[in-house]
Amino acid sequence: MTNRNLNFKHRVAVVGAGLTLFRSRMLETPQELAWLAAKQALDEAGLTLKDIDCVVIGSAPDAFDGVHMKGEYLAEGAGGIHKPTIRVFVGGATGVFVPIAAWWHVASGLCKRVLAVAEEKMSHAAKPHTQYVFRYIWDPVVEKPLNPNLIWIFAMEMHRYMHKCGVKKEDIALVSVKNKRNACGHPSAQLCMPNITVDDVLKSEVLVWPVQLLDISPTSDGAAAVVLASEEEARRITDTPVWIKGIGWTLDTTHWTNRDLAYPEYVRRAAEMAYRMAGIDNPRKQIDVAEPYDPFDYKELHHMEGLGLAKKCEAPILTREGVTQRDGDLPINPSGGLLGVGNPIAAAGLMKVAEIFWQVRGEAGERQVKKPVYTGLAQAWGDLMQAGTVIVMGI
Amino acid sequence: MSGGKPINPRGTKYEKVEFPVFEFPVVGKARYSYTTGEALGRFLAGLKEGKILGTYCAGCGRVFVPPRIYCSYCFKEVDGWLEAKDEGVVVTAVMSYISATRARLERPVAVGVIKLDVPGRQFDDHFFPGIMHYICGATEDDVKSMRIFGARVKAKWKRPEQRTGSITDIECFEVVRP
Ligand SMILES: [Zn+2]
Repeated sequence: MTNRNLNFKHRVAVVGAGLTLFRSRMLETPQELAWLAAKQALDEAGLTLKDIDCVVIGSAPDAFDGVHMKGEYLAEGAGGIHKPTIRVFVGGATGVFVPIAAWWHVASGLCKRVLAVAEEKMSHAAKPHTQYVFRYIWDPVVEKPLNPNLIWIFAMEMHRYMHKCGVKKEDIALVSVKNKRNACGHPSAQLCMPNITVDDVLKSEVLVWPVQLLDISPTSDGAAAVVLASEEEARRITDTPVWIKGIGWTLDTTHWTNRDLAYPEYVRRAAEMAYRMAGIDNPRKQIDVAEPYDPFDYKELHHMEGLGLAKKCEAPILTREGVTQRDGDLPINPSGGLLGVGNPIAAAGLMKVAEIFWQVRGEAGERQVKKPVYTGLAQAWGDLMQAGTVIVMGI
Repeated sequence: MSGGKPINPRGTKYEKVEFPVFEFPVVGKARYSYTTGEALGRFLAGLKEGKILGTYCAGCGRVFVPPRIYCSYCFKEVDGWLEAKDEGVVVTAVMSYISATRARLERPVAVGVIKLDVPGRQFDDHFFPGIMHYICGATEDDVKSMRIFGARVKAKWKRPEQRTGSITDIECFEVVRP
């Protein structure tokens, strides 16, 4: 066992994954969505709920679903009744934090088989607009009186990044085009756009310059689930377990106006923690495929740099050269990402983990990247440019 | 469709008209009533007098605007208060065409982060006294061309009798034309 910065008892593998459809509005309740994804993950692992020792649930602000105690509420659909069950929450970073929390349940020796479920139903927060829920993220004393829209903060980060790195909007739009095209290979995808062009992105509605409508992922309903098991159990369950090789997470301060937004420190620190554990010292060479968090197109670039998959200001160049395409040397978001598959917040992050699981197993169908995959990475980010969560998986 | 996983993900897409929905306000007519805390209480009192106040830590040299009563890096109490100037430079700025509820605005507004000057102190890009506010006197082109980055701006205060001890006692930060 390679164990570079943490003490843990057991190696942990992913042995099954499941997803619902991602759509802007789904009939199913949050509990029903959780159940659909959880059941599919158990089926894929060839397990039933009886085999599960502990349950980890992830969901972003209660205010979207409109149900408080969302973890407790979701427990039934997520298989958590009469079991040690917890809900974890780090804003948009939650989806990747769910398998991280599930990992320590198993690595500690406390549980042998864990079901990890993430769900979001943004469509419930219908009036005046789903976005309105985000106003409770701002500081109530010094920010909320200015009546902000949450897109402001992303526009400020994107513009700062563009300014510092000399990036053009055309280069950033390439990410949206790539991911919305990639999504056409994903059975859950909400926004498959096979013919989208850079021009379409640049001509879409301007919301908060430099952010335009097609720079952003949609609001979505959906759920995702994975099953984790200890080494001994994993080898019993499947011939092709996908090992969790490294995990990392960090928070920065909510005082985002005191920090430089050009570079995502919150991701770098989380990545360093995960890389140390996974024994990775050259991520650009050692990571074969990555699913960095892409709620906005610039965020994919920003996060590639934070993850060390590109040097500072280099991600737009790699994108322009086609390196990040599915058949490229460093495929990025082959699933279609949040921009294409959709963004049911916590479920979207866990969808990325599921994608790496299927890519490592060679089960991604037409989404399967061209190069052989030994090691993959998923990352999410959340809150006020604050939270970074990273997971490294491989054979 | 693709032959790959997930196979037949389930769920039922619907349009609003197809099924009944049950609508409730968030919590009746409930409203939050936030306390300012110690540090921001004094900060807001300063704004009422036309001053932007901050705190500093002698341990690491950081200056906190908005102020905190602790240095979260050294994890000790701050060493005192200081006054930042009501001017500084724009470190990032954007043009908003939508309101908080995503309605289109009649006229776009510029908003950004202002790195404030503190006499006798220098700050790098990594940690600095800074606040978010409206920027007035900037055209759409100033923002889109990024000329606004690094521009000097100065607080445009409300008249003293109109101030209430709020961040909105500053109407905006106005671009200082040389
Ligand atoms: Zn200090």
